[in-house]
Amino acid sequence: MNSATAPAGAPGNQSEVDRTLRAILVDVLGLDHSQVAAFGADTGLFGYLPELDSMAVATLLTEIEDRLTIVIEDDEVDGEMLETFGALLLFTENKHAEG
Amino acid sequence: MTSTCTWPCPDLSGQTAPEYALRYLHQRKGCLLVIPPLFDEANKLRYFLGSVMRLLNRAGIGSVMPDFPGVNESLQPLETQTLAHWQNCANAAATHFSATHVLTVRASAILAPPGLSGWRYAPLPAANALRTMLRARVVMSREAGREETQSRLAERGRVAGLELAGHHIGPQMFAEMESARLPDSGRLADVDQQTVGGSGLWLRAEPDHDPAQAEALAAVLAVGMAQ
Repeated sequence: MNSATAPAGAPGNQSEVDRTLRAILVDVLGLDHSQVAAFGADTGLFGYLPELDSMAVATLLTEIEDRLTIVIEDDEVDGEMLETFGALLLFTENKHAEG
Repeated sequence: MTSTCTWPCPDLSGQTAPEYALRYLHQRKGCLLVIPPLFDEANKLRYFLGSVMRLLNRAGIGSVMPDFPGVNESLQPLETQTLAHWQNCANAAATHFSATHVLTVRASAILAPPGLSGWRYAPLPAANALRTMLRARVVMSREAGREETQSRLAERGRVAGLELAGHHIGPQMFAEMESARLPDSGRLADVDQQTVGGSGLWLRAEPDHDPAQAEALAAVLAVGMAQ
């Protein structure tokens, strides 16, 4: 399984969760796949991308729940897990592994 | 030919108050009542839905997208509106504009007038739309250093209403949305996102457009209305 610190843009190494998360970010941010494929673990999200406001974050989290069939509780959502792509990926992979 | 017009929308006192509507007058092959999605998603999809209406007009099909009281250009207060009243308004709009078909979009499926056939685009229970707005409120509050939870906000919403995504939703509408399941489709056919192609434009953080999606949805509607 890929870790959150794996180099970005290496599709062959990407986990299902990584691919799904990037696809959701493409849909939410309205970016090209190539732009989101270049996201690395340190790429800033909430607080760095002005279009990613609270409503967009809520949409993002709901879409992650729907596509990966997981439930994200209120108290699991904080600035840290949303701050970078790597943090969000790590959180999502852990939730997905919990089943 | 496109125009904005006003229509006599029922108000909460039993009278009517003028509300705006975007209208394509071509009615050779019927008139489609377009009921915009609820709240935040209405802003994100307004241009898209206007484009679908424009394409239908080119195919000889009239359409109208009315404002509901309390949202968009309406001068009515939102906090006193209820879903039950908006259902009355949808029925009144269908009658006033002599609609032959209806298109609901996302959570507006709950507002479909019962007498019309038509479509539900990517239908969503109103409860799900509410949950996403509650979650946005929790994220925003946490960013501002305030600790809120969806359950505590919901308790407050049922009693006093709540400001969600810039909309002041009153207690009755809050409770109605919270308990609203997706109604049976009845005479309406569901159009899923796979049929339209791409990803739903309601997901976008900023309003966006995809002409191919508009053409795909308009094609489904035009074929159905020609039958």
